[in-house]
Amino acid sequence: MTDTTSSQQFGSSRVKRGLAEMLKGGVIMDVVTAEQARIAEDAGAVAVMALERVPADIRSQGGVARMSDPDLIEAIIAEVSIPVMAKARIGHFVEAQVLQALDVDYIDESEVLSPADYVNHIDKWEFTVPFVCGATNLGEALRRINEGAAMIRSKGEAGTGDVSEATKHIRKIKGEIAALSSMSKDELYVAAKELQAPYELVVEIAETGKLPVVLFTAGGVATPADAAMMMQLGADGVFVGSGIFKSGNPQQRANAIVKAVTFYDDPSVIADVSRGLGEAMVGINVSDLAAPHRLSERGW
Amino acid sequence: MTVGVLALQGDFREHANVLRTLGADVALVRRPEELHRVDGLVIPGGESSVMDKLSRAYGLADPLKDAIRDGLPVYGTCAGLILLADTVLDGIAGQQSLGGLDIAVRRNAFGAQTASFEADLDIPAVGDTPVHAVFIRAPVVETVGPAATALASVADGRCVAVQQGNLLGTSFHPEITGEYRFHEYFLRTVADVRFRA
Repeated sequence: MTDTTSSQQFGSSRVKRGLAEMLKGGVIMDVVTAEQARIAEDAGAVAVMALERVPADIRSQGGVARMSDPDLIEAIIAEVSIPVMAKARIGHFVEAQVLQALDVDYIDESEVLSPADYVNHIDKWEFTVPFVCGATNLGEALRRINEGAAMIRSKGEAGTGDVSEATKHIRKIKGEIAALSSMSKDELYVAAKELQAPYELVVEIAETGKLPVVLFTAGGVATPADAAMMMQLGADGVFVGSGIFKSGNPQQRANAIVKAVTFYDDPSVIADVSRGLGEAMVGINVSDLAAPHRLSERGW
Repeated sequence: MTVGVLALQGDFREHANVLRTLGADVALVRRPEELHRVDGLVIPGGESSVMDKLSRAYGLADPLKDAIRDGLPVYGTCAGLILLADTVLDGIAGQQSLGGLDIAVRRNAFGAQTASFEADLDIPAVGDTPVHAVFIRAPVVETVGPAATALASVADGRCVAVQQGNLLGTSFHPEITGEYRFHEYFLRTVADVRFRA
């Protein structure tokens, strides 16, 4: 059998980016236990993000936030059949090696954890497992794609329940893509310089009018209407972190957000699923956060 | 001729783009009433458990089962193949399928994402040159019943494409590789069957 499988190619860009294509129109939920993972899968999550603390707790407890315990990640992988993602610190390539060895389906090189390298991100081309990375603008997204990211999520401000930063970042990325599309060829050289992004990728965006990878939104999504708004602003799907399991009725809220993402352009469905959901996560206004506590400013 | 694409979740836009490139009129289908004006339906790649859940929650599953029984041509890729299978192995608790294909499909049969792969397959049903197939946490057809016909297998012999009457299913994703032959094959079926006519 060894010779017959030699023509199979693993870990190609197409295979890595392809999984993200299959997650589109879906909700990826943060979970901290196998039991939460089961609730998420039953509610219709397309994938779960396995971690020890949701961003809201990382924020309130402080300290250095790191990759989760392998036992926890393995317990969650064993519990569900949908893809399992896990977070590595920015630049922490050994955490990423460990997560790949644990057979996670996607690695999130995430600003929600404490950065391990304030200069370099992980060289993601070195891995068979695909990576998703955060971005607040197009230049940042393209730098991550240049390093091998197979999926981008706009960062928002994780653990706040305040959707305003998520709105800002998805609008910014979409706006910068639209601006590139209207530029003449000679203007793209300067655009690449200003975006601090590779010229070839900038030309590709200008020609196609979209990122070469799937773009999800994250950071502060707490209600079905929040999720639907991100979809109407052009996101391919939504990450919900603290918003589900920090709310009054996680199961019902998870169900509701899944439906709101599928029927994002139908206000009657969003109204229907928003009824009687109980308390949303309490939340923090991003404007009340001092700059050092803004996670979206991590990563460069 | 209007071809629907089930648009509850997954890579339905990629299927819509291929079908439009081939000259078909495309309608996205999320509700039962949208099913009544299509001559064929594509079920995309994505998460089968999510599509199953949403199709039942919004009343699409039963009319779709009826339409399949009445001969609606349907092509399913990956999750779509799972939804068309009479039997689903390794589904989530309570997972159902629409059925129609006399097969048993195992979800995520190759393992974690690091086991996802690309390979060239010989598939005489769609042409002489190999099909470049992309498998992403893909299912395999573990049992092919007497009513269904296996069209393709991977190197170790496991079946990854089947046909039965007006139904077609592949474990892999022609919609993301620029491989149009399966969609052409399906559109010929749709034209021949004239389901609404």
